[in-house]
Amino acid sequence: MPDARPAPTALQRLHGALRRVPTWSVYLLCMAPAAIYTTLAFSDRLGADPARALEHALGLWGLRLLLAGLVVTPLRQIIGLNLIRFRRVIGLAAFTTIGLHLLAWAWLDVGFDPATMWKDISRRPYITIGMAAFVLLIPLAITSTNAMIRRLGPKAWSRLHKLVYAIAILGGVHFLLLKKTIQPEPLVYLATAVLLVGWRLLPRRRAGAA
Amino acid sequence: MLIRDPRLDVPSSEITPKSIWLNRRALMAGVGGLIAGGLLDAAAAPLQTVKSDLTTTGEELTSREDITTYNNFYEFGTDKSDPSENGGSLTTSPWSVTIDGLVDKPGDYALEDIMGAQPIEERVYRMRCVEAWSMVIPWNGFPLSALLGRVGVQPSAKYVAFQTLLRPSEMPDQDSSFPAMPYPYVEGLRLDEAMNPLTLLAVGLYGETLPNQNGAPLRLVVPWKYGFKGIKSIVRISLTETQPPTSWNMLAPSEYGFYANVNPKVDHPRWSQATERRIGAGFNARRDTLPFNGYGDFVAAMYAGMDLAQNY
Repeated sequence: MPDARPAPTALQRLHGALRRVPTWSVYLLCMAPAAIYTTLAFSDRLGADPARALEHALGLWGLRLLLAGLVVTPLRQIIGLNLIRFRRVIGLAAFTTIGLHLLAWAWLDVGFDPATMWKDISRRPYITIGMAAFVLLIPLAITSTNAMIRRLGPKAWSRLHKLVYAIAILGGVHFLLLKKTIQPEPLVYLATAVLLVGWRLLPRRRAGAA
Repeated sequence: MLIRDPRLDVPSSEITPKSIWLNRRALMAGVGGLIAGGLLDAAAAPLQTVKSDLTTTGEELTSREDITTYNNFYEFGTDKSDPSENGGSLTTSPWSVTIDGLVDKPGDYALEDIMGAQPIEERVYRMRCVEAWSMVIPWNGFPLSALLGRVGVQPSAKYVAFQTLLRPSEMPDQDSSFPAMPYPYVEGLRLDEAMNPLTLLAVGLYGETLPNQNGAPLRLVVPWKYGFKGIKSIVRISLTETQPPTSWNMLAPSEYGFYANVNPKVDHPRWSQATERRIGAGFNARRDTLPFNGYGDFVAAMYAGMDLAQNY
């Protein structure tokens, strides 16, 4: 008796539509910036300093994807939009993009020269911080499969994945420090990271209270 | 006759064969430069130049396209592309430079008079930015010493201070609520550095008047120092007895010194200065940075006995 049901709300209709979206397609969408910038760089369409331009574009999109992953929970809590099904692929796209950012630096910038790489990592604080953030991302990527969630148990898994809060803030600091002056753009990203992490530290609301 | 000073030469092994540098990228950059040049640099006028002995040979020139679109000129914005995108609004004619302080003939000097008093030379210099990238630029200009000689430097003068134009109506970052740095931009040199034959006041590049994004109509070029010493769009030159304040040093004294000599052994606190990326060289463009940017034979004696790690 379909007539007896109330008309679905816009949010319900959106949720219905989203259920039909395969998660891999969201992964591909999230990887589009990395694919586009890599193509541009290798066809020499990224200007005078293509290695730097590609590094920066990949780093920026990696940070955006990290923050996008952190928006999923507040979105559900505040407006009731549930994108939790896509959170894992957003996080994996962030990991892939940041991995490509690291690869662009190691390959296109320093040419896999171990001495230069070690000097950069040990002597440039922003690279030390960026590298630390990437290293912390690795266990999160490894434990992103259903089998690993089962193996760890949901409690330990969710505790481990709280690392992403530190990673997002380290990413924002990494961005801020690599500019010669304090500039508004990295400040906005760092503030967003702090805000999204801070949201989680607020006293828990009761379910349904919002 | 062109006499090339062997001290400015690089080993022939570093010279890129023409077949390699006339590659697809160079051709594309050249075509792009012609198109962009017609749109962006409507004001660029050809200059009468003479060859100089003090020119760097054996280095592939950075393309005009790269030199004029990859710039640090915070008055027009902090992105490398901002100066070429926002610099068009700057009025550079008429232009005069106030020369004052410890000089015999202080006054406001019209740019035409400053330029017309001596031949405009063509000098190729490496340019090493403190951000660890570099270019090879064919400047057109004249030695700062020629101008200082004409205005008469008094014996008590020990430093030269420079100031960039302050005109918020034409320089967007000066008009911003959150400017990237305090304006006007100021720089300075010790008098012996200013009188060094390599120290150039540039009025052009690639045989044409300077594009605004490169510091039109008059800028300083000090090839053995980091690029930020090369103050752009100069409106004031003052001879002083005490060391003048300099913009980056005021902003972050632990990161940028007064001297700012290119030195691969003294790292910036946030990055290494041992290597640099050559702009226009594509991927893997890193090369070793040379002490005094390779101009040590001309300038190292000025710093004899100084601790260059302290006086960075």
